[in-house]
Amino acid sequence: MTEPCDVLVIGAGPAGLAAARAAASHGVNVVLVDLQANPGGQIWRHDVRKSAPAAARLAVAEMRARSNLHWLPQAQVVATAPGRVLIEEAGLVREIEYGALVLATGARELLLPFPGWTLPGVSGAGALQALTKQGWPIAGKRVLLAGSGPLLLASAATLRRHGAQVLAICEQAPDAALMAFASQLWRWPGKLLQAAALRTRLAGVAYRRASWVRAAHGDERVREVEIESARGIERIACDQVAVGYGLVPNTELAAQLGCALELDGRHPRVRVDERLMTSVDGVYAAGEACGIGGVDVARVEGAMAGHAAAGADDAARALRPRRRHARAFADLLPRYFDLRDDVRKLAEPTTLVCRCEDVALAQLQGYSDARAAKLATRCGMGSCQGRICGTALTELGLLVPATRAHAARPPVFPTRLASLAAAGSYLDRSCSERTFLTESKGSV
Amino acid sequence: MKRSNVQLSIDGIAVEVPAGANVAAAVAQLGLRFRRSRSGEARAPLCGMGLCFECRVSIDGVAHQRACVVVARDGMQVQRDD
Repeated sequence: MTEPCDVLVIGAGPAGLAAARAAASHGVNVVLVDLQANPGGQIWRHDVRKSAPAAARLAVAEMRARSNLHWLPQAQVVATAPGRVLIEEAGLVREIEYGALVLATGARELLLPFPGWTLPGVSGAGALQALTKQGWPIAGKRVLLAGSGPLLLASAATLRRHGAQVLAICEQAPDAALMAFASQLWRWPGKLLQAAALRTRLAGVAYRRASWVRAAHGDERVREVEIESARGIERIACDQVAVGYGLVPNTELAAQLGCALELDGRHPRVRVDERLMTSVDGVYAAGEACGIGGVDVARVEGAMAGHAAAGADDAARALRPRRRHARAFADLLPRYFDLRDDVRKLAEPTTLVCRCEDVALAQLQGYSDARAAKLATRCGMGSCQGRICGTALTELGLLVPATRAHAARPPVFPTRLASLAAAGSYLDRSCSERTFLTESKGSV
Repeated sequence: MKRSNVQLSIDGIAVEVPAGANVAAAVAQLGLRFRRSRSGEARAPLCGMGLCFECRVSIDGVAHQRACVVVARDGMQVQRDD
């Protein structure tokens, strides 16, 4: 069965919520889809024990109040075709036909392999924050956070609020870079306030600069972590280690839709024009998918994309100055939280890089390209479809990211055979239509 | 704020979590191990948001469910291991 809508928004974080709201404000029919059970995305992730920030509560309340905005939780896109997507929801599939599409697919953490990173108890920093908000037993646990960027502080504050004993936050960036970053904050008063609030909430927690996790040790779970800094190597006993090196845009769905990607540093992002339209007519993208920008960028870009998708170009255009200001802050982060080469050299020959297929770094040596390595070692062929190892290998400089359209094959996520069977000829149909579209567009 | 808990079974052991918690939180009550990798290593959630599939478990007989994106419900039967 095909269900029609005017504007389809994928992702219900700050960008997606803003897009859905903006589009719905013009009276068109909007469908908002997200994998999670609650709206909010990662930064506004629903917390089962604590209340959400005021901005998040307001955004969700506004979404629920709109009768022309249909909220579809715990659903994900598994395949695409021009003007249509196939969605899997609670084991069932449905096809949604859209007039315009807004991709608000957000970002994921950059996770780099190091000895012991596969041990239970080692996770991403934002990951542990998300898990904790959803009931993960963290009270009384000794946690060490490491990696780079402001997310480490936000994560530490959440963990502490839930009763964790935060042993230390290890930031790989050197002192000088952090001071220079702080000295810029006055231009964004909101950020300055946020930083001050975090500092208060983290009073007493050691913030170690120029230090990073070298290895984690344990048997069936992590017991100890090895920290490296100018002082040498130190071993610290702990229950959980949360390591994140910043964020990387989620571009798989955009790639499958045929949207052009471009490189932002080492990783791809969705290419958009001033109106936030991708290279595919009627498909817009907003927020982290277009380059890491944080919540302010996500909200303003989401609103712009939502207005534009509903045909209200003037309303979208009016937000351009706000977008520029928000993006200017985002541009600071890669400059001051630049990764040191040490963290890219932590994996040893025996360290597993592909966690799905248990492929060690040494097994990847000697291949001329990623495809050859993949065929011979199965690296990137497991359940995560290369989302974790592919991103890591790109950061390590061992993989050239694909930026050409149609780089990713369906399904977008591993899907039950029953869903594919129910979809009938959908995938065949979408593939042939896509081929036709590519040929007719020539070298676009 | 709602205070009710839900009770589910992990490998046949009764576990309680706050209402709205995900299955990952319930599995973690038993310790940190979730699945076993191809070579038999113990694994647990890495990304916490439905990308890495390290937290996959079997829920009510359906294999390969990501524990981090499924909300825990009363009476769910969860099995670890692949």
